[in-house]
Amino acid sequence: MGRTLTFEIFRYNPSDPDSKPHMQTYTLEETPSMTLFIALNKIREEQDPTLQFDFCCRAGICGSCGMVINGRPGLACHTQTADLPDKITLHPLPVFKLLGDLSVDTGTWFRGVGKKIESWIHTKKQFDENAPEERMDNELANQIFELDRCVECGCCVAACGTARMRDDFIGATSINRLARFYIDPRDERKSSDYYELIGDDSGVFGCMGLLACDNVCPKQIPLQDQLGVMRRMVTLESVKAIIPDFIRNKLVGCPDKND
Amino acid sequence: MQIHYCDVLSVGAGLAGERVAVEAAQAGYKVICLSIVPPRRSHSSAAQGGMQAALGNSIMGDGDSPEIHFNDTVKGSDWGCDQEVARIFAEQAPIAMREMAFMGVPWNRVVPGEHTYYKGGKPFQATEKKENEGLIHSRAFGGTAKWRTCYTSDGTGHAVLFTLDNRMLELGVQVHDRMQAEALIHDGERCMGVIARNLRTGELEAYIANATLIATGGFGRLYRATTNAVICDGGGQIIAQDTGIVPLGNMEAVQFHPTGTVPTDILVTEGCRGDGGTLLDVNEYRFMPDYEPEKAELASRDVVSRRMTEHMRKGFGVKSPYGDHLWLDIRHLGEKHITTNLREVYDICRHFLGVNPIHQLIPVRPTQHYSMGGVRVNKDGHAYGLKGLFAAGEAACWDMHGFNRLGGNSLAETVVAGRVVGKKVVEFLQGDSMVYKADAMRDALRGVEQRIENLKKGTGDDCYTLRNEMQDAMMEYVGIFRNGKDLQKGVDKLQEILERTKNMRLAGKGQRGQDAEMAMALRVPGMVRLALTIAYGALQRTESRGAHAREDFPERNDRDWLKRTLATWKPGDSLPTLTYEEATPFFILPPGDRGYGGGKIIDGPDIPAEKLVSFAEKKEAQGA
Repeated sequence: MGRTLTFEIFRYNPSDPDSKPHMQTYTLEETPSMTLFIALNKIREEQDPTLQFDFCCRAGICGSCGMVINGRPGLACHTQTADLPDKITLHPLPVFKLLGDLSVDTGTWFRGVGKKIESWIHTKKQFDENAPEERMDNELANQIFELDRCVECGCCVAACGTARMRDDFIGATSINRLARFYIDPRDERKSSDYYELIGDDSGVFGCMGLLACDNVCPKQIPLQDQLGVMRRMVTLESVKAIIPDFIRNKLVGCPDKND
Repeated sequence: MQIHYCDVLSVGAGLAGERVAVEAAQAGYKVICLSIVPPRRSHSSAAQGGMQAALGNSIMGDGDSPEIHFNDTVKGSDWGCDQEVARIFAEQAPIAMREMAFMGVPWNRVVPGEHTYYKGGKPFQATEKKENEGLIHSRAFGGTAKWRTCYTSDGTGHAVLFTLDNRMLELGVQVHDRMQAEALIHDGERCMGVIARNLRTGELEAYIANATLIATGGFGRLYRATTNAVICDGGGQIIAQDTGIVPLGNMEAVQFHPTGTVPTDILVTEGCRGDGGTLLDVNEYRFMPDYEPEKAELASRDVVSRRMTEHMRKGFGVKSPYGDHLWLDIRHLGEKHITTNLREVYDICRHFLGVNPIHQLIPVRPTQHYSMGGVRVNKDGHAYGLKGLFAAGEAACWDMHGFNRLGGNSLAETVVAGRVVGKKVVEFLQGDSMVYKADAMRDALRGVEQRIENLKKGTGDDCYTLRNEMQDAMMEYVGIFRNGKDLQKGVDKLQEILERTKNMRLAGKGQRGQDAEMAMALRVPGMVRLALTIAYGALQRTESRGAHAREDFPERNDRDWLKRTLATWKPGDSLPTLTYEEATPFFILPPGDRGYGGGKIIDGPDIPAEKLVSFAEKKEAQGA
């Protein structure tokens, strides 16, 4: 026999002037292999059609369903109720604009930081459709993909102390994204260019080193390492007139990108 | 009401929509993409395996060519595809892959030297060539003569989508997310944009565009058990069909993927079998070689899905509370391979099934996966019936897939068709001057407003009840194996559900701002019409071809059915109107045996000489 689960869910409709933020209780019989995707849809379809939340792929791939689950940011679709106590408390992710109940606007936030850090390959080359592709070492391709795996769910931002205090902090996700371009030889930007983008308190120097981002990442992206790599690169860039190049080149990850 | 103006409007911001948008934006046009979700959450991101393109860099792809790729595609389609389109696709695919590499996709690359690969669960050695070091590598997928599927680990869709979306950011293409298109604006001849509902505010907004693209993906959510994301509800096909003019092509061609997991229906990639995974039954016996000695687990998807169903019907399925299933075994591929090349699979198994595939078997069964049918377009991606309306990707029936698409061909289609159609959209805009008609917009707007008012007055069933009944009817009567009796039952049941949608009620009474119930309720009647289009088309098609398998008509009938179904829905009707057109304007590969799947063929008349061309031959009439 399954348990009876009690859900305490944050409710607020910012479009309705009569709506006040409050917690609402629902109960549900647990079934085998139940995930929060199954549970929340059951509640909406059978108990309360006004409940708002976001799912898309429901397979842990698209990053739509970040929420705070018993106090910890995570993806609802790959959270199994069997791993949670009888009482499950759900809040929307903080930092992002609330759209309704558990639904937040991660899309606008991520487009903003994407533009800010110029999250694209910068190259002066033109694509030649008659030429073979430029070669790349497979190991490097794997390393780039490792950092490219971020699904922009926003969990790391929601868990970040700095992001809670500074509206302009770009978060571990963005620093990781730039680290992806830093190791990609197709991106012709130099260390000084990256420095301009993230070498201040809204970027790598805003990080307080609490590293909750690394803890909550549902994709286990090595955010801590990437924060370290990018902070070291930017730091060395800021002292390049003082430290000789041969030492600097030894210390940075991608000496090819030094000016 | 807010009115937006642009040159190109893409309904949908997955791979196909974004690739068209990038092409138009590169040519200097103003492009807006509408998307139900932020673009990087589009279902394209979930595609794990890869994209087929005849680059021929890997040793197992050595000697590959667009012509071989073309032949595989036509055989895979069971000769249902448009061979002109399949040729365009096969020829353009290598260029499109290289272009994505240029934009930043971290494709896996050739590592020279000896490697252990697997075929049919058995290891063998192959030596990658030194001179190809660092070029794009490829893996095996079903139904192909060569290993030709380009990949980035098992996150290919994700990696390509993020790269394209990065390019969108660079070009400054606007994406309006949480927008759901509800009606096309048109005057019966010309498409002028869409009326969309803002999912944040609930307000209707108008988008006026010279060229409108439908790139909304498939309609898996018509079925209860589908690998598709919850947004894959056929929204684009619905607004096209609602015009009463634009036909949908081959809607009865619905693909079931052999390895949806049980019970969550989440897909594990064909790459598992391509890399050497095997299918086992209740006795942990590998049964596929008994049915398909040549290709075994790597026959085309329709064949493997049917063989699995057949084997389970013989009593060899594994019993579970969620129904019978079979096992996928990848244990012999080893920890390193599973945690790197099949990493998504590893994650999915552990997080959603509680299974560790390094040591345990994965429960799988055939699950609805792909819609070969869609908005019928010509080879330029221009929709039949309405000037200025285009479609690309899974939403379209461009028709390179016919009655079954090969693994790795749909993901490749998104960027190849996106590239081809994008250029055609640009050509169209260069010679276009649209006269915008205010009354066409008013009519479209009034139609949507009327539907919302009706919902608020409804007293019948709620949208979830009706959607669930539709999904169950599709599973029961319009599934992997079909027959006339069941299909008729399906049509009857769906017609009854369609009637009930007219008095649909909002259980939540409708609220300001975000309202998921309203968004679904607005979709359901159109979804039921699409379901009816599939069921009725399947009932009329008295043959078996590709994914369309009739138990009462097991032969592929080239004499009577070497043709494409076109379905339009006249206003007020309770069934679609079906007409048919020739499957292909000419034959490079005349109808023959696929080489797998068994099955008898009723031969058609000999193909007249003037309809036979060689792969390399370009006729002026083909416009190439």
